[in-house]
Amino acid sequence: MFESLTEKLGSALRNLRGVGKLTDENMADALKEVRTALLAADVHFKVAREFVERVQAQCVGQEVLKGVAPGQQVVKIIHDELVRLLGEGATSLSAARPLKILMVGLHGSGKTTSTAKLAKLLKKRGYRPLVAACDIYRPAAIDQLEILAKQEELGFYSDRNSKDVPAIGVAALAAAQAATADCIIFDTAGRLQIDHDLIEEVKKLRAKVQPDEVLLVADGALGQEAVNVAKTFHEALQLTGLILTKLDGDARGGAALSIKSITGVPIKFVGTGEKTGDFDTFYPDRLASRILGMGDVVSLVERAQETIDQKEAEKMAETMRKGEFNLEDFLAQMQQVKKMGSMQSLIGMMPGMSGMELPAGADKQMARTEAIIKSMTRQERRKPDLLNGSRRKRIADGAGVKIVEVNQLLKQFQQMQQMMKMMKGGGGKRMMKQMEAMQARGGMPPFR
Amino acid sequence: MFGLFKKFKDGFAKTVSAIAAKTSGLFGGRKIDASSLDELEEALITADFGVETTEEILSEIKAAYKNDATLKGQQAAAIGATVLKRVLAGCEGQLTPAASPPTVIAMIGVNGSGKTTTSAKLAWRLKQDGKSVTLAACDTFRAAAVEQLKTWGARLDLEVIASHTGADSAAVAFDAWQAAKSRGRDYLIVDTAGRLHTKSNLMEELAKIRRVLQKNDPMAPQHRWLVVDGSLGSNSIEQAKAFHQSFGLTGLVVTKLDGTSRGGALVGIYRQLKIPIYFLGLGEQAEDLQPFSVENYAKAVFGIDA
Repeated sequence: MFESLTEKLGSALRNLRGVGKLTDENMADALKEVRTALLAADVHFKVAREFVERVQAQCVGQEVLKGVAPGQQVVKIIHDELVRLLGEGATSLSAARPLKILMVGLHGSGKTTSTAKLAKLLKKRGYRPLVAACDIYRPAAIDQLEILAKQEELGFYSDRNSKDVPAIGVAALAAAQAATADCIIFDTAGRLQIDHDLIEEVKKLRAKVQPDEVLLVADGALGQEAVNVAKTFHEALQLTGLILTKLDGDARGGAALSIKSITGVPIKFVGTGEKTGDFDTFYPDRLASRILGMGDVVSLVERAQETIDQKEAEKMAETMRKGEFNLEDFLAQMQQVKKMGSMQSLIGMMPGMSGMELPAGADKQMARTEAIIKSMTRQERRKPDLLNGSRRKRIADGAGVKIVEVNQLLKQFQQMQQMMKMMKGGGGKRMMKQMEAMQARGGMPPFR
Repeated sequence: MFGLFKKFKDGFAKTVSAIAAKTSGLFGGRKIDASSLDELEEALITADFGVETTEEILSEIKAAYKNDATLKGQQAAAIGATVLKRVLAGCEGQLTPAASPPTVIAMIGVNGSGKTTTSAKLAWRLKQDGKSVTLAACDTFRAAAVEQLKTWGARLDLEVIASHTGADSAAVAFDAWQAAKSRGRDYLIVDTAGRLHTKSNLMEELAKIRRVLQKNDPMAPQHRWLVVDGSLGSNSIEQAKAFHQSFGLTGLVVTKLDGTSRGGALVGIYRQLKIPIYFLGLGEQAEDLQPFSVENYAKAVFGIDA
């Protein structure tokens, strides 16, 4: 969809080559594309309009740079402006001790999960967190938080007999003090911003516990509604920050721009998975790229850094350098990649590929390959030359595949080995050059 | 019929007033002009109808306006409702029981879309209609999801088959089917764990639930419904596409429409996939799950009285 913004802008601005300057007239079509693209990314109508106006003001009068396609030039301006807007006024969490954090939001936005995730993060930063269950409405919400607290070894407070949320909050403060916790996070019930009674309830809770931070938890896939939600919550509770959840999906996250523009409240954290560790500090440039469908290379690299064992990687590089790469190394490498997530999710982070569908079963194929290698003896993995017909049959039986598949794998592996040797023989430089040339031509070839 | 429309309108009351407030006069007796068309575009986009549907509605109203410069707001609203009805033609889902019970309905969707609540509400609704229902707690991943469904079961006196968190969800589905069959239940509602449509391993788990159910009954689950949060935007279309591709959806339930969201994304989903829409979630109470009616939806969105 949007990976083609650069392309679309390119064609809308094609006649600009040689014009010299960007003007209102020659920009009109391109700006319409920008607006459509922002709306398709769920940026609010008004916010999109204002944004386009601002970009227009910045573009008009600029020289069309030589050697850069006008489309790319405009995308750069848009990207920079997005980064500025998203990152404006960013602050870290309050330094108060004890630190009191109130979590609020709509139903199903991810408050309870985010409460546990945030507590875990703060624990890593040296706090002693306690989580307080203030959602007395959703069935088993208290159980959910209690289980998560136990899992992460967090302090936990609840009162299953009370229906008085502000009182529960006050009691939780006392419990935190008694337990010498220096950070307390209040998980509240999901509520609609127009539900007067429930908004009053959380206002009272806020007044009683006087939190240092009031964080709105919002689904990254939220639509135009995001603006109404954020506005009302902000007016009622004076939000201090935003947590954007479910960003491990493929939502563009335009809602974040809407919320940020309307309330001015900084985005503080993002939720990126179902595990309690899948929680990140917010980086405006990444979200900007995402809204514009430009991929998220930084996150990909980071995920690689987090999951790939450094020593293991160094060892791997060394064997590759020596050209001694064997099937055992291949298996290890595959397992590293698998740890980073599904192939589809990795592909999603690559620029220009976010909309691409992997052929069904790509992950399955990997599992089969793994099974084949695991059906070999150590010796066979180290010296694939040993694999004669009868050994191959045994392996195929062991892995539950056909001999053809074993043969295919071995052939692929041979090709890989040859490539490694080429790199060792100074061919690496040639390969790098080739890749650079590809990038200069505009990156990855377009899909679809 | 009127009673139903009333509930629908009550749920949508805020919706109607939100649109009406934004376009006050526009849908009234005032004449249409350029600026009111602009407002209309805003109202439609902010209802998450998406660029395509918005443009379709706008262009028809513009064409009518060209022919008749005295076009009034009410007429424009009627045109809009007509276009919407045309786009959504044939989208009302009718729950049909399978030839041999239990009829299995699998509830799937991303995290936090409201699957568990919808499962409970649907079970209660079917029970009100005199049907017997078993619920299968197949969200064995999220902490306390099983307890959540059990609590609903206790509250509404519903039968819930459950294991523990971390159990194999397909095994729970299998057991629940056996239980429903031997007890002669009409319906089995399978509540599954929330999963983002981008995670292939979790999508695979859904396929497994289906395979295992089919060992009992090759037709099961006869209904595979996607539960979509009505306050989401265009991404819900991506969600529907991905789930449809890997699981073959047969229906939609759109939740959380009791706020000011207008759930316009359902139009986009139907446009692209032609999956019938069965129910709308209009509140937190058991009775707040209402059958979808194009007529009512179009009227509610454009503020036309019954």
